[in-house]
Amino acid sequence: MSTATDTPGSAAAGEKKKAPAGERVADWADGRLGIFSLAKANMRKIFPDHWSFMLGEVALYSFIIIILTGVYLTLFFHPSMNEVEYHGPYVPMQGVQMSEAFASTLDISFDVRGGLLMRQIHHWAALIFLAAMFVHMMRVFFTGAFRKPREVNWLFGFLLFVLGMFTGFTGYSLPDDLLSGTGVRFMEGAILSVPIVGTYLSMFLFGGEFPGHDFIARFYSAHVLLLPGIMLGLLVAHLILVFYHKHTQFAGPGRTNKNVVGMPLLPVYMAKAGGFFFLVFGVISAVAALFTINPIWVLGPYRPDQVSTNAQPDWYMGFPEGLVRVMPGWEINVAGHSLVLGVFIPLMILPVVLGAIAVYPFIESWVTGDKREHHIADRPRNAPTRTGFGAAWIAWYFVLLVGGGNDLWATHFHLSINAITWFVRIGFFVVPVIVFVITRRICLGLQRRDRDKVLHGRESGTIKRLPHGEFVEVHEPLNQEQLHTLTAHEQYQPAEIGPGTDENGVERKVSRGQKMRAKLSKGYFGESGQIPKPTSEEYREIESGHGHH
Amino acid sequence: MKKLSARRRHPLAALVVLLFALAATGGLYTAFAPAGEAKADKGSSQSLAIEEGKKLYDVGCSSCHGTGGQGTSDGPSLVGVGAASVDFQVGTGRMPLQQQGAQAPKKKQVYDQDEINQLAAYVASLGSGPSQPTKKQYDPNGSDVAKGGELFRTNCAQCHNFTGEGGALTHGKFAPDLGDVSEKHIYEAMQTGPQNMPSFPDTVMPEKDKRDIVAYVKTVNSDKSESPGGFKLGGFGPVSEGMFAWIFGLGSMVAVAVWVAARTAKARKS
Repeated sequence: MSTATDTPGSAAAGEKKKAPAGERVADWADGRLGIFSLAKANMRKIFPDHWSFMLGEVALYSFIIIILTGVYLTLFFHPSMNEVEYHGPYVPMQGVQMSEAFASTLDISFDVRGGLLMRQIHHWAALIFLAAMFVHMMRVFFTGAFRKPREVNWLFGFLLFVLGMFTGFTGYSLPDDLLSGTGVRFMEGAILSVPIVGTYLSMFLFGGEFPGHDFIARFYSAHVLLLPGIMLGLLVAHLILVFYHKHTQFAGPGRTNKNVVGMPLLPVYMAKAGGFFFLVFGVISAVAALFTINPIWVLGPYRPDQVSTNAQPDWYMGFPEGLVRVMPGWEINVAGHSLVLGVFIPLMILPVVLGAIAVYPFIESWVTGDKREHHIADRPRNAPTRTGFGAAWIAWYFVLLVGGGNDLWATHFHLSINAITWFVRIGFFVVPVIVFVITRRICLGLQRRDRDKVLHGRESGTIKRLPHGEFVEVHEPLNQEQLHTLTAHEQYQPAEIGPGTDENGVERKVSRGQKMRAKLSKGYFGESGQIPKPTSEEYREIESGHGHH
Repeated sequence: MKKLSARRRHPLAALVVLLFALAATGGLYTAFAPAGEAKADKGSSQSLAIEEGKKLYDVGCSSCHGTGGQGTSDGPSLVGVGAASVDFQVGTGRMPLQQQGAQAPKKKQVYDQDEINQLAAYVASLGSGPSQPTKKQYDPNGSDVAKGGELFRTNCAQCHNFTGEGGALTHGKFAPDLGDVSEKHIYEAMQTGPQNMPSFPDTVMPEKDKRDIVAYVKTVNSDKSESPGGFKLGGFGPVSEGMFAWIFGLGSMVAVAVWVAARTAKARKS
């Protein structure tokens, strides 16, 4: 711990005149908090520049915006289900019986100064928060930034996404409007479909029969306290790990697995990130000021006897909606108890869809058997199988979103809703496979193109006629930096099971897991899984025999 | 002429020719198209209206609904559907039908109001049914909008959406957007239950309730409706909101991120 700053002559000067105020404050704080060494270690932290590295920042900033506006909303929101009659300024609701939660949301929208804007910022920021987490997660996925040492941080991020979904869902339900009430009813149905414990869980959650008088207050504590509290903790851990691991970077000249090339946190990234925060805030505020979201005043208060079409959850809950919408309404009877498979099966598939992306890093590290650290981000094309899986997962997710919004697809594209349902049912199984195959092929094509560029240079577009009449296109060789960037990635060799017998001629035991791993590894890195990158020998040979193109 | 020939290989030449060709065809069509003004004389008496209506019916409707309105395999019987039904179906252009399908969509109306009244008189003469409502019946002035909202959410929203933006039904059928439907036609639709809609006769839903509903729809879903929160993105709820958040919200975020990332502290490129 340094007790005094190293300013030359500070001791001598201190007697004559006091140190500047800033220095004294810093000194005071350092003596008590030890911030000097902390700052010294972290203020010069280097971050690489790439726009896709800022997607996580969008999520972080929208989360902060959500907290700020959320605090404002809590000042005026009444999480109560007491019945009141509305007498506020919005005419089409005057005299309507509603819960206090709904009435206070109307008040926030029409009576509280800035209330409607705050509500809309809060809600738009929530949609953008989840979307930003989604694309941030995809960036990490497609660049392989989840590999060692970042697997734990990948899980933290995944948990943040899932918790974000549920925080969003509970918040969406708070106004107690007809739309969100239908969503809560949907959730109740899903809980009820769970065998044996379903009814108990539902009774416990709603404090009796749905809707009861408790769930708004309960969702409220979950929404403003429990879930965001956990998320904040995870977020801090997520960021600490980013600092600890340092940021990944794309391959390039001077960039290795052991360094980070970029700009320091202070002052460059402080300024950039600070400015970016206000840009994000600005975009969200502009959207919120111009476009309405969740206009609860026209939705009306929740009543279990009413329902409307277009009753969908916010987009991040759209895929469970799709699962339930397209699932055939199967129901079986077991010993006098009905089991609603039409809801229970989708409920069980939901964690499978989410979990598929969460566990992928562990599957990949098992297949590669790679225990080394990776700090250089992959270009998606250089990991065709992974990229294929990622694209397939997105397609899977999107197919379910189509199912969740099937009515709007039907009305806007003049389709039959039944046809869409069947498309989703079949697409659920088929579309990911097709997307996987196509994406992998595109990646391999791009790898071939890179290989071609390295060995034969870039097509210049200049056509030259040779003396004997042949036309050739002049290829410009790449410069050294480009050559490095295109060949910096390493390529795995497919894992071998080894010979069937050991050195003594005794049959070796090969476990089923090993066999499977070898098979997967062959799929990943075998002949059909990647295009061998050009070696320096190949390059030199081509260079020496100039004239071959 | 030289100028013209010099430009005939211009990249936009084809487009210009196409535009001229379209304008010429359209102009010729409007010049020669039969003017839809075969107006029948206004009958002074009811029987005259029925007679005129029958003539119109024979030409425009009988091929599907049968020569006596008894219905065929292509169209339902019109006995007892009433004048209100004719006024709605023909007045919104749904009839005469363009083609067989899941549902007749709204389109430009073919007959004018006098002709519709004659047709209505003829169809009403086939069997008694709801008559065309008077303005007093459907005029929403002074109605209870809030009550209308509750009734709408209870009876209509499950197909037409919270504010009557429309929604999907099975097998390509749909509940249409009520945004530009006139008060009279909304009233008649409730009364007669056209296409795939259930009917709400006065015994089920009194006149006053229907007026309240008309008032609610006109308050929340018309050109004059207020949207306190800004543009309402179609009023379809979370699907359009989510799409907007992704395409425009996150789209602008990415654009901003690209912009910020492109500005580094490195020496300026010159």
